[in-house]
Amino acid sequence: MASNHLTGIGSESKQLATWYFTFAAIIFGAQLLFGLVAAIQYVMPGFLFEILDFSVARMLHINALVVWMVFAMFGSVYWLLPDETGIETIGIKIGKLLYWIFVAAIVVVILVYLFIQVGPADETSIWFIHEGREYIEAPRWADFGIVVVALGFVANLWLTGFKGKNSGIVTVLMADMIAFAGLYLAGMFFTDNITVDQYWWWWVIHLWVEATWEVFVGAIAAYGLITMIGAHRKVVEMWLWIEVAMLFGSGILGIGHHYFWIGTPEYWWEIGALFSALEPLPLVAMFIHVLYDWGKTQGGQDATGVEVSVVNNKPAFTWFVLNAFGNFLGAGIWGFFHTLPQVNLYTHGTQFTSAHGHLAFFGAYATILIGMMYIAVQGTNGIKVMKHTKSSLWAVSLIVGGVMGMTIALTVAGYVQVLVSRAQMGATWAGYFDGQSGMWFAQAMDWRLFMGALTFLGFLFLVKDLLSTGKNPVHEK
Amino acid sequence: MAKASVWSDNRFWQRSAAWITGFAAVLLIWLTFDTAGQIEMGTDEDLKNGVTKRVPGPTVINYKVTYEMSTKRGHEVPVIGGANGDEKEKFFGRDDWSEKEARDLLHLGKLGSQVKNCMNCHTLLGNGAYYAPDLTKAWLDPAWQDGGTMQSLTGKETKEEAMAEFLQHPSTYPTHARMMPDLGITAEEAKGLVAFLKHMSSIDTNGFPRNFGRMENAGVRNGK
Repeated sequence: MASNHLTGIGSESKQLATWYFTFAAIIFGAQLLFGLVAAIQYVMPGFLFEILDFSVARMLHINALVVWMVFAMFGSVYWLLPDETGIETIGIKIGKLLYWIFVAAIVVVILVYLFIQVGPADETSIWFIHEGREYIEAPRWADFGIVVVALGFVANLWLTGFKGKNSGIVTVLMADMIAFAGLYLAGMFFTDNITVDQYWWWWVIHLWVEATWEVFVGAIAAYGLITMIGAHRKVVEMWLWIEVAMLFGSGILGIGHHYFWIGTPEYWWEIGALFSALEPLPLVAMFIHVLYDWGKTQGGQDATGVEVSVVNNKPAFTWFVLNAFGNFLGAGIWGFFHTLPQVNLYTHGTQFTSAHGHLAFFGAYATILIGMMYIAVQGTNGIKVMKHTKSSLWAVSLIVGGVMGMTIALTVAGYVQVLVSRAQMGATWAGYFDGQSGMWFAQAMDWRLFMGALTFLGFLFLVKDLLSTGKNPVHEK
Repeated sequence: MAKASVWSDNRFWQRSAAWITGFAAVLLIWLTFDTAGQIEMGTDEDLKNGVTKRVPGPTVINYKVTYEMSTKRGHEVPVIGGANGDEKEKFFGRDDWSEKEARDLLHLGKLGSQVKNCMNCHTLLGNGAYYAPDLTKAWLDPAWQDGGTMQSLTGKETKEEAMAEFLQHPSTYPTHARMMPDLGITAEEAKGLVAFLKHMSSIDTNGFPRNFGRMENAGVRNGK
């Protein structure tokens, strides 16, 4: 991403954004590679056995997921901040320094995961190898580093938000990002009580992905609609506030659906069922909102008699629309499938969760963050109207097809597991393996691997396109 | 422009968002206080006096643990110490682990469960990865009981010894094409991990997993 067109107010912030996006894309690739290793191990259990075991590959797969998304989220904020506030981001020099600290920390953590993998059962291992808690495995020393970097980022955002023009989007982001950073603290302690452990662990995971990250997506979608199709700010921001109300209103107490079976009281059944059943509603609203605004703006344009698309960045807008739909489908529908306690009693801890996880993280977050990367490519190359290229279309098709394929395969595997291992066999060791060795389960895992490989191929097209499309003469400069 | 309606007023929606978020957050914090009290780990006294805790104290390793249908609650619950609550069960040859000893053992086991990354293959309380069996009630799994396949395989006399042996040398006892790797677990760590597993099986998980080990094909009915 050449930065020759980044001049004037906000160019420093935007440059930092491109750094964040670049590292995010690299880690995205790592996420897919380690996911492929884990997928191969389901099909060929001897693959890299006692060299790079499933536990390590899977830890890298999900940690890389979180890291690249956080990087791309920070990048998105640094990108849009000058546009929204009208000023250069305050403290950008510190922001850039923190970026390098962040990158260095992540690289060290990954190398330790890869080459040290496991240590003796003591506090030192927790401090320097990993904490062994899904999604937030980062060792304790890195936790403190992450907190420092996140505080720096939030300070940049807040100072800029206060000094510059204060838009609704920036206000939402300010509130959201401080909650996002603050929640990380809930995952930074050790306890012998596994129930207490998982209780607070969900404060981080759930209140990130089903509350603060979703609100972040709402804010980014609002920014995208204004910049890409010229949607009316007042309308967009009003929707944004409605979405915030709906997302936090359902998502915060929706955390109850993680408290059905971990030793917490029974009243979480009712609370979790009610509020998580409401969680898809804001996602429907967001989907309708994007399509409505698109139709309205295009309709307004058509009424002038000049037939021209209002979209000034086709690939980015494609990913934004996919986000609107994917969020609803992956987080909303696939989440609702197994959110009621009566169903969850059997689906909890099966490939069903995995199916939902894949489509939800992709639909809700990967899509819109890829869209933001395209917006950055457009900006850095000074492109007025950005069009699709062959690579961008291949990337969209392969990635979307691949992830959908994986999701369907995992859903089938989940059904087998629920019916055989859980309902029929009572969740024992023997029952577990009976389910795993079923033909449908095995076939589903074959398909998942194939679809994962397609996704990776799509990723290669995506990288090629992000790196080369800026120079492509097809765009209007 | 027509007279502005409150429904199209951004300030109205901004305030609504703030109030709703605040209300939800306050409710969550309030419930957290209530839950925190209920999931606090019990003590040795509680166990001796038959006080039921959702998360029993570490000395639960001295007691017999079963998982039985409660007609009152409509699902299975862990039962500690049999019908009278005082039935002991030897754990590595002893049923008089002091509170301090049991706590230290559980501490080692919980640390081990994280450091050895159990959760990125197994599920614990149903959370984790799906590459290996759920460990919530592993202590009660028919395979580890007397006459169960896993206990026979390791050639050990008791289930805790069998589990500890397996944890130290998992690839020596392949049960499936998908094997557990050697994680360098020492004898002491294995003991801690088994204590952690026994303790976890005694946690009241509102009936998860359902019908555990009660199916005909699963062999021995657990705890009976």
